[in-house]
Amino acid sequence: MLIPCPLCGARDSREFTPKGHASYLDRPAEDAPPQAWNDYLHLRENPAGDTRELWFHGAGCGAWLVVERNTVSHAVTGARLAREVRDAG
Amino acid sequence: MAELMAKSPAHGLTPVAVGGVTLSEAPMRPVWAVMPWRGKGAALSRALEQAHGLGFPEPGAMITSGQLGIAWSGLDQAFLMGVEPDAALAEHAALTDQSDAWTQLVLEGAAVRDVLARWVPVDLSPAACPPGSARRSLVGHMSALILHPGGDRFEVLVFRSMAGTAVHELTRAMRAVAAREAL
Ligand SMILES: [Zn+2]
Repeated sequence: MLIPCPLCGARDSREFTPKGHASYLDRPAEDAPPQAWNDYLHLRENPAGDTRELWFHGAGCGAWLVVERNTVSHAVTGARLAREVRDAG
Repeated sequence: MAELMAKSPAHGLTPVAVGGVTLSEAPMRPVWAVMPWRGKGAALSRALEQAHGLGFPEPGAMITSGQLGIAWSGLDQAFLMGVEPDAALAEHAALTDQSDAWTQLVLEGAAVRDVLARWVPVDLSPAACPPGSARRSLVGHMSALILHPGGDRFEVLVFRSMAGTAVHELTRAMRAVAAREAL
């Protein structure tokens, strides 16, 4: 499996560590109600098909990426810097 | 009184020569991580140019000028090599001295790409890795910065604590490639 890092180019998956669904970027406010924090921490999308996930390029540039891939076909269709995704809202 | 002596990380482990490929350790020199503050990338590049004659490198690139070099080493990070950064750079970037934290191993020889291909999961062929390239990747399980100034020369930087493992693994690869060539 190759992941197209925006900085490093296509790289072998052994250079990366997956974290989970990209909804981890949507962190609740500090004073959000407990239910919002519970949902953020424990309720995770796990689709069969297209999904967006956070992957860490720890053995490469050190960037967090939002990777688009398909959990059924294992096709990887894109990757962006997580901070750009976050800053774009 | 005890006289303390600076020892390079791979002291006593190199040079190694097998089948036309040599592995040595480059002399120790200043290595500084230069990491621009948020939004300060362009200003840092100008300040670098002014102070040292080298701008901030693009991802995957290394710029050299005489004894000085600056190699991209990760997201918003470059290694300035051969000189201590000018104090003026601190306005635009975090500066940390990495000089004795890394060993800089030098692999040279016609089969150098075959040797590295045994451990490094990235394409180092001339088409994919032209002179002036800098790649963050792995050597086996070790995090590495791989520099290619040109020709059949690659410089492999790994953490100081891994010098022994790096020399061991690269030597094994050199032996394996030489054995295959001898068949
Ligand atoms: Zn990367």
